[in-house]
Amino acid sequence: MAQSTKVQQPKPHIAEEWVGRVYTGICIFILIVAIFSMVYFVASRGLRTFIGDGVNPLELLTGLKWNPGGEPALFGALPFIFGSFSTSILAALIAGPLGFCAAVFMVEIMPGFGRKFLQPVIELLAGIPSVVYGFVGLSVIVPLFRDIFPGQGIGIAAGALVLSVMILPTITTIATDALAALPSGLKEGSYALGATRWQTIYRIVLPTMLPALLTGIVLGIARAFGEALAVQMVIGNAPHIPRSLFESTSTLTSAITQSMGNTVMGSAHNNALWSLALILMLMTFVFVFIVRWLEGRSKI
Amino acid sequence: MMALVLTFVLAACGQSNNNGTNNGGNGGNTTNNATQGSGNAGGNAENEGNAGANEGNAASELSGSIIASGSSALQPLVDQASRKFMDENPGVTIQVQGGGSGTGLAQVSEKQVDIGNSDVYAEEKLDADKAAELVDHQVAVVAMAAVVNPEVTVDNLTKQQLIDIFSGNVTNWSEVGGQDQAIQIVNRPSSSGTRATFETYALGMKTEDLQGSIQEDSSGTVRKLVGETPGAIGYLALSYLDDSVKTLQYDGVDATEENVANGTYPIWAYEHMYTNGEPNEVVAAFLEFMMSPDVQEDDVVELGYIPSSLMQIERDQGGNVTEK
Repeated sequence: MAQSTKVQQPKPHIAEEWVGRVYTGICIFILIVAIFSMVYFVASRGLRTFIGDGVNPLELLTGLKWNPGGEPALFGALPFIFGSFSTSILAALIAGPLGFCAAVFMVEIMPGFGRKFLQPVIELLAGIPSVVYGFVGLSVIVPLFRDIFPGQGIGIAAGALVLSVMILPTITTIATDALAALPSGLKEGSYALGATRWQTIYRIVLPTMLPALLTGIVLGIARAFGEALAVQMVIGNAPHIPRSLFESTSTLTSAITQSMGNTVMGSAHNNALWSLALILMLMTFVFVFIVRWLEGRSKI
Repeated sequence: MMALVLTFVLAACGQSNNNGTNNGGNGGNTTNNATQGSGNAGGNAENEGNAGANEGNAASELSGSIIASGSSALQPLVDQASRKFMDENPGVTIQVQGGGSGTGLAQVSEKQVDIGNSDVYAEEKLDADKAAELVDHQVAVVAMAAVVNPEVTVDNLTKQQLIDIFSGNVTNWSEVGGQDQAIQIVNRPSSSGTRATFETYALGMKTEDLQGSIQEDSSGTVRKLVGETPGAIGYLALSYLDDSVKTLQYDGVDATEENVANGTYPIWAYEHMYTNGEPNEVVAAFLEFMMSPDVQEDDVVELGYIPSSLMQIERDQGGNVTEK
């Protein structure tokens, strides 16, 4: 009896070990294949503009005129790049302070109410489909801006405001986690030295969690950079660099979504859209690297 | 049984030839389709027992699957007709996908789908040799009208006035007989089939995207923006017109179904369903169904398209109009 248990005992362990290993291995393999084929697909399509259609990469990055279907075909994507950067960075400038304050409120000021009610509500924002954001932007924000500011209400300002609400959950969640992970000794030390609550938050808490907050903001920018539908509905989509925040302009994503279905795979216009997608992907890589770098600097 | 089905295949092909105006199919594809057809016939034999319930209706013995993709403007019609067709032919499944005219044409050209729906002629999107392989089936006509914000006082625009507005030479409504208000253009993206139709038949020229103009791909968004933005002008398919926007006359002609049918109103386009070579049995039966009074007089009208049968004129790709 005793002998048989001794013999049998190691078996499930080995089996479990192998099941776990094989399962993880398969998952990782699928992930890697999926990511690499995606990168390869976008890159191979996107590079065709330069190799097959003979467009100068510099022209794509710095050209001001976009008319790939015209005679002659023009592939200046700078207005889109400008539009993408300006809307996402402006959105982060709006959402960053809001997210930080929400996090401070939920962790420091009213943890009970904040964590129980406010946090789920803010996280709920992440689950709302982007077409809803776009429609709310088109129905509420655009008419409001049209009444207050010169212009038609559409443009970078409307896009940035819609995006700021969309990226608020990302920034708030990361800031809240960082704040909650802050060693209590830091704050207690500050209080012991006679600092008030606001002095502590401003002088001790904010500088310490700044890298984490910036990580959240960069992830938010990356999210805003890739958002297509909501922005497309409120930005106007003219392929020009606007003269004000309230004039029609375009982003990389909105240019892609507007024309991808209307163009034929393999045509110069379609390839140019893939090049825009390639620029988007490379920018996302840059954002990921910035996040890694910020995480490395984290003081917590 | 086999002979009966094959007779039907031939009959269906013949009929669809009469319906399509462009018979550019090549021989290679026809053989291909014939093999597919006999494959389906084999499948039919197995389903014979079920089909027996609907006796007398040859179409009910069909089985197979059809995938159609392309134009989002044509999608609701094909989708609605396909559901009717599937009710009558339980053995057939039809999937209708959107994606845009370009996607539909590219996919049917590469044989990824059976039918490519398009707002424009294949020749405008595909290379000439690829377009030549496709067979055109014009299932409906869609007409468009220039629309403005309801507060704009202009009722009629001439072709030259529209050209001036959309090319940026005229930027205030007072220059075309309206109140003193800036004109806001609500356009479609340059790749859009709707824009191509409007530029070809209303303006007669291509226009550039102007600084400050708005571009939206979806008709619903265009209508909303034109209806809400002061001084806005855009263009919509007749099925999208309602009280939120004001419809303009073009050169003094109202945008109505009768005026399109008798040829006095020029801003319209055929809705195309392309097949790669001659269609196989099931696809041919479906295309024939699309042209039948069942669909033409019911769904086509209901969804705001104009039935091809109503058209008193014909127009080829070059824009040459002939009496039917």
